[in-house]
Amino acid sequence: MPVEVALSERIEAFLAELKRGGSGAGTLRGSGETARETTALLRRITGQAQWSSAGDLMEIIRKEGRRMMATQPSETTVGNMVRRVLKIIREEYARLRGSSEVTDQQESLHQLLTSGGLSEENFGQHFKDLRANVIEAINELLTELEATTDHIAMQALEHIHSNEVIMTIGRSRTVEAFLKDAALKRKFHVIVAECAPFCQGHEMATSLSEAGIETTVIADAAIFAVMSRVNKVIIGTQTVLANGGLRAVNGTHTLALAARHHSTPLIVCAPMFKLSPQFHNEEDTFHKFVSPHEVLPFTEGEILSKVNVYCPVFDYVPPELITLFISNIGGNAPSYTYRLMSELYHPEDHEL
Amino acid sequence: MADADETSKQAERNTNVGDGIAVKKQDIARAKNEGKELTKDEKQRLRKEKKQQKKNKKDDKGESEHENVPLPPSQAVVQCQSQKAPSVAPSLALTPVSVCTSEKPAKSKAEQRAERRARQEADRAAKGKKGESAQQPPSGKSKAPPNELQPVVKRLPEHVQVDDPAAVRKLAKKLERQQIPVRSEYGYKVSLFSHLHQYSRKAPLTQQISIPSTVIHPYIVRLGLQYSQGIVAGSNARSIALLHAFQKVIQDYKTPPNEELSRDLVNKLKPYISYLNQCRPLSASMGNAIKYVKKEISNIPCLCKEEEAKKQLLSCIDNYIKEKITLAATTISAYAIEKISNGDVILVYGCSSLVNHILCDAFDKKRKFSVIVVDSRPRLEGREALRRLVKKGICCTYVLISAVSYILPEVSKVFLGAHALLANGYVMSRVGTSQIALVAKAYNVPVLVCCETYKFCERVQTDSFVSNELGNQYT
Repeated sequence: MPVEVALSERIEAFLAELKRGGSGAGTLRGSGETARETTALLRRITGQAQWSSAGDLMEIIRKEGRRMMATQPSETTVGNMVRRVLKIIREEYARLRGSSEVTDQQESLHQLLTSGGLSEENFGQHFKDLRANVIEAINELLTELEATTDHIAMQALEHIHSNEVIMTIGRSRTVEAFLKDAALKRKFHVIVAECAPFCQGHEMATSLSEAGIETTVIADAAIFAVMSRVNKVIIGTQTVLANGGLRAVNGTHTLALAARHHSTPLIVCAPMFKLSPQFHNEEDTFHKFVSPHEVLPFTEGEILSKVNVYCPVFDYVPPELITLFISNIGGNAPSYTYRLMSELYHPEDHEL
Repeated sequence: MADADETSKQAERNTNVGDGIAVKKQDIARAKNEGKELTKDEKQRLRKEKKQQKKNKKDDKGESEHENVPLPPSQAVVQCQSQKAPSVAPSLALTPVSVCTSEKPAKSKAEQRAERRARQEADRAAKGKKGESAQQPPSGKSKAPPNELQPVVKRLPEHVQVDDPAAVRKLAKKLERQQIPVRSEYGYKVSLFSHLHQYSRKAPLTQQISIPSTVIHPYIVRLGLQYSQGIVAGSNARSIALLHAFQKVIQDYKTPPNEELSRDLVNKLKPYISYLNQCRPLSASMGNAIKYVKKEISNIPCLCKEEEAKKQLLSCIDNYIKEKITLAATTISAYAIEKISNGDVILVYGCSSLVNHILCDAFDKKRKFSVIVVDSRPRLEGREALRRLVKKGICCTYVLISAVSYILPEVSKVFLGAHALLANGYVMSRVGTSQIALVAKAYNVPVLVCCETYKFCERVQTDSFVSNELGNQYT
């Protein structure tokens, strides 16, 4: 019982962190960190909670997962990690049961129509090795998560050549690592769009110039004007959607349109844990708004009451504007996203 | 101390030139040091003296080339050819070529060139140009080599040639002649824009350069400072302010004796225009206004009395403002209101006086619409437009330019203002306008551009790098 109490305290603390982090008031945590913490918490739940069969465990994790996702709907990595862990549980269970996992994974149309397949399973059987196996698999997942940025940065030299002008927007730790890795061997120039109103581009530019990369900061309004000089656009994103589109920081759609107009390749550096089985018009939670006092401050008192002011945080970028995804497992076209999704998540977990 | 300097300079000069000229030089030097405006005589003498110096240099060069004539002709021809190459860019490197032609009449190439020059002089004489160009043979010779190119290639404006040291020096000399201080450049320059001026903006203009108040009219000084600080901004506002300042200048103007108003006033305006250009590069609308004013001044008949002439000029300028700006706005507004229907959601960008005028007129005519004002850092001009529209009572929304692809699905029309309309149909406007148009096209929203005809200009441009103005990077 005391174990239970400690666990639920942990969960509450994590939820509080999530809620605070999303409002923009606390320090904005990177998604990698959130993913790692979620996975660590799920491992703890697996280790400490009371469960007897795989079905019970999945039910517990689903319940906690729903709570976590409801706290901060825009933080999709939480839901992605929950789905990954559920898939791990399914796999381990199937392996212990001895059924051939290989055929089940390839969901052919024939299988979908003729039989329910795995849906007949109720995951009721008890295996005593299941707990250890699942925890071991989650550890492997954690190792993978810790190495994602390095794996992406290793591919930098394949894509950046000398004397290029590269454009990026806002602040992405993945892109930062990517560019810094390339800068060790090649010389190139980076233009950063500052991304109002929070102007995270400034921090990105400072960090890049500390690494010795020649950086220029431009205002958002100058994105199209400057695009004629740019050779490649490399951006990060908050989420990769199921159709290959992006939910990225606001201003990215304009950047993508300008790149297409000038036929400049648009490369997205996104680790696999950002891939989410959602579509952009599916939920009401696609757009997130923060306080507009950064846009129109309270000092403009007289007109403030008569004007609507919006400050959206995200933009939708359709997949046809994207040239390439670079993830920790290599480079992919946006049209290949459906395949990656089927490898990572089980279709029944799309709706938690 | 000053006397010692003067005498040492005098001694130096005496060794080169005769006594008479040296004395006059002293006067000119003294006048310059005191900051007084040089009289016309003194200016002419300065010009002649400089021409003399150039000729001396040419003679020295010519002598050395004479020695080369006994060499095999191919070498000399090569020399001639290599010197011809840079002359294609009309404003640069012209004197070496003219040396070639004048000193080697035996060469066939030089003969052709001499013939061309003679033809050009004959053409010019036939056109009956004013005396000044005939007085300056170097400039006449210099126009000969790019003769075939002259009707096609206009002179490259100096504000896009900052990376060329010869052009920068030429500008500095011109400003020195007009006694206008040169603005200093900023220490660290962005390499992407090395061809444009990047001025130091840490301190306001008055702390950086000393403006000789006797040379430039105080209204023009004030206007230049207002331009450089951004107090007067927007192409219509700048043109109107410029024309009002010119009216004041004309009112205060007194024709000096033995001078004609039509020629002297135009010459008086030239340093003012250079000064204003230094404070902030002239816009296309200002350029057209200046051309009009200069044309009106030169069309004043010689026998006209000064008072009448001034009155005529003032009324001409008033008419220009009324016709080209005020009435134009009313006409455009009448056309544009037909495009606004009830229930429209109109998107505007930044603060364009014309677009604001149209929206206020439409609201007065009882159209029901709402407006979305898009703004961008760092200037945040949209807030001014927002204030004006809200004061009128129009229902407004306000976003930054990064949110434009979020808000565009709700928009039915986009209205944009223009700074200038180029000869290839491209619109030059505040930075960010092209982005708005691009995203509007992606969402299939119609874009309407409103522009008065006096903003049309003959330049052509396809991207935003080749010719632009750089703002303050410290906000």
